[in-house]
Amino acid sequence: MVLLWLLAIPLLGCMVLALFGARRWGAEANVAFSAATLAAAVVLTEHVIADGPMLVAHEQFFVDPFNVFLIALTALVGFTTSVFSRPYMRVEEHHGRVNRRRLRLYHSMYQLFVFTMLLALSTNNLGLLWVAMEAATLSTVLLVSLYRTAASIEAAWKYFILCGVGIAQALFGTILLYFAAEKVLGAEGSTALLWTHLNAVKGQLEPTVLGLAFVFLLVGYGTKVGLAPLHNWLPDAHAEGPTPISAVLSGLLLNVALYAVVRCKVLVDGATHSLLAGRLMMGFGLLSAVLAAFFLWRQRDIKRLFGYSSIEHMGIITFAFGMGGPIANFAALLHMTVHSLTKSAIFFAVGHAAQKAGTQIMDDIRGLIVVSPTIGWGLMIGTLAILGMPPFGVFTSEFLVLTTAMREHAWATPILLLALGIAFAAIFTRVQAMVFGDTRLQRLPHSPALLPVFAHLLLVLVLGVYIPPALAQWYRLAAALIG
Amino acid sequence: MPPPNWSSQLIHLGAALLLLSSFAMLSQRRILSLVNLFALQGAVLSVSTAIVAYTSGASHLYASAALSLLLKVFLLPWILHRLIVRLNVRWDTETQLNIPATMLVGILVVVFAFALAQPIAQLSSAVTRSTIGIALAVVLLSFLMMITRRKAISQVIGFLAMENGLFFGATSATYGMPMVVELGVALDVLVGTLILGVFFFQIREQFDSLDLQHLERLKED
Repeated sequence: MVLLWLLAIPLLGCMVLALFGARRWGAEANVAFSAATLAAAVVLTEHVIADGPMLVAHEQFFVDPFNVFLIALTALVGFTTSVFSRPYMRVEEHHGRVNRRRLRLYHSMYQLFVFTMLLALSTNNLGLLWVAMEAATLSTVLLVSLYRTAASIEAAWKYFILCGVGIAQALFGTILLYFAAEKVLGAEGSTALLWTHLNAVKGQLEPTVLGLAFVFLLVGYGTKVGLAPLHNWLPDAHAEGPTPISAVLSGLLLNVALYAVVRCKVLVDGATHSLLAGRLMMGFGLLSAVLAAFFLWRQRDIKRLFGYSSIEHMGIITFAFGMGGPIANFAALLHMTVHSLTKSAIFFAVGHAAQKAGTQIMDDIRGLIVVSPTIGWGLMIGTLAILGMPPFGVFTSEFLVLTTAMREHAWATPILLLALGIAFAAIFTRVQAMVFGDTRLQRLPHSPALLPVFAHLLLVLVLGVYIPPALAQWYRLAAALIG
Repeated sequence: MPPPNWSSQLIHLGAALLLLSSFAMLSQRRILSLVNLFALQGAVLSVSTAIVAYTSGASHLYASAALSLLLKVFLLPWILHRLIVRLNVRWDTETQLNIPATMLVGILVVVFAFALAQPIAQLSSAVTRSTIGIALAVVLLSFLMMITRRKAISQVIGFLAMENGLFFGATSATYGMPMVVELGVALDVLVGTLILGVFFFQIREQFDSLDLQHLERLKED
């Protein structure tokens, strides 16, 4: 029941805002709907902690330890981003970059995007998962081109075409999966796409078909994760869209796409009894991490810089899931959580900084600490956190990934360290120059919302020092489930 | 009930026509003709789905045949036609297109698709076992078409043709996905086309043409 509320609230929000989003209170309504979604997610989480996994609506929806924490995370980041977006979009309106009609589109699609993310996470049907992932692209594509500049239209077109082609491959993978499953489960009653049923019979599924299916699924959903060499859309979409959208793309969409890959990997591993799926993920993960690290050096636009940083981190997480085993999976889940919190916090700070400076070009942003100590420190602390400085949570998860890699795949460790080192040098020098130094910047007409930035960073700090036993237990259960 | 021989022949005929229409699209320069070819491909798809439905007795396939008839033969081509008229690109052609080279690559793609589908086709118990290779070939040919085109509308038609190939794969290998999934996919395709329609206007407003070579500024130098 709670689960249905969780899905109904953002969908209702989408419709209401599509009708009334142009009013003055559109942004407030957006925050209110996001808060209600978060409340539903919290209640759902409590239910699952108390009663264990649940399966509702003719088994079409389910919640287990793996997806429940992602649902909570998605609702949380969805809420904080809406809080950040309220003053941010006001300033954009003030600067004349958007008008009321586009804000209506923006708010309505924001809610729809949150809905598709939650649908993708909670559905038990792999076909519906595909539909939700595609709908997520569709709902954000017009947001990327919201400013109607030449660059933003180009970015949105690239995003649409690349992700559309990618996701078509994932549909072919899903068809192959269904083809194998239908032999075991039968086409009647249409249980052959339900993950829980597939998981029960995964040992009997035809290995050759599943191996081929996984290649298509990995390429397909991997495009949306931003894995190299299909990552081209990601920096463009992050840089040209409104900053709140960059924050949710990095913080939510990439996670959910990776979630889809991992769900499929569980089935494929059970069927093929080989390392194929894991090895593929390790390869793509390492390639993405290294490639992104090198591209980080060449960036001039601050949002592109952090877009590439997202590719790097998704690469590390994919690598960790590819290694498998309880510790690597635990690390990957933790990294998903802390990356999503830190990266969205950074985008909040970056958004305000770019608004203050009136540009996203890093060479023109200087002395943030003088103009606004909170933005300056927010960006600095966020950067230190994402670069894996202790005591933040990213350090913990990267440390776990590295030590596991050293023990099990020693050859990969230098490559990982190289990527992390290059990324550190590239990002730190840039951010340091932006935060400290002389400036002549003006004040903003609306005071920025910096509470979300520090709330996220505080959570990441806490996760680095102390993981609550309930959460650790959760991660362990999910890690065991992934295998 | 063993499938009657003639219907399996008919499905193979449909598959062959589908592949042929893919090649026709690959070699067509005029945008208006591309839309018509797309509608034709949709019709072939719909008929062959109906034949599979008749042969296998899977009644929900009649619904998906009707769905694809409605969507791919009438609605989507109608939307595309309207767009072409309103954008006034009726007589646009693809000028930078090396047809013989594209066709040669296309043939290689088909061979590759058949090689890839070989192990799966042997496992298939469906009437239409050998058609999965054709489905994959149609998907890859549409992909090739998207890569070689410079105009926004032809890229989109390639995108939609890819979905046709996937749909054909789903019916020929598995007698169709569950209905809820099929409806979801159809909805996504429809909404996607509408969004692209909005896009065309944005692109033209910004660049004064639908040529995608204007959209090559965002890259790493």
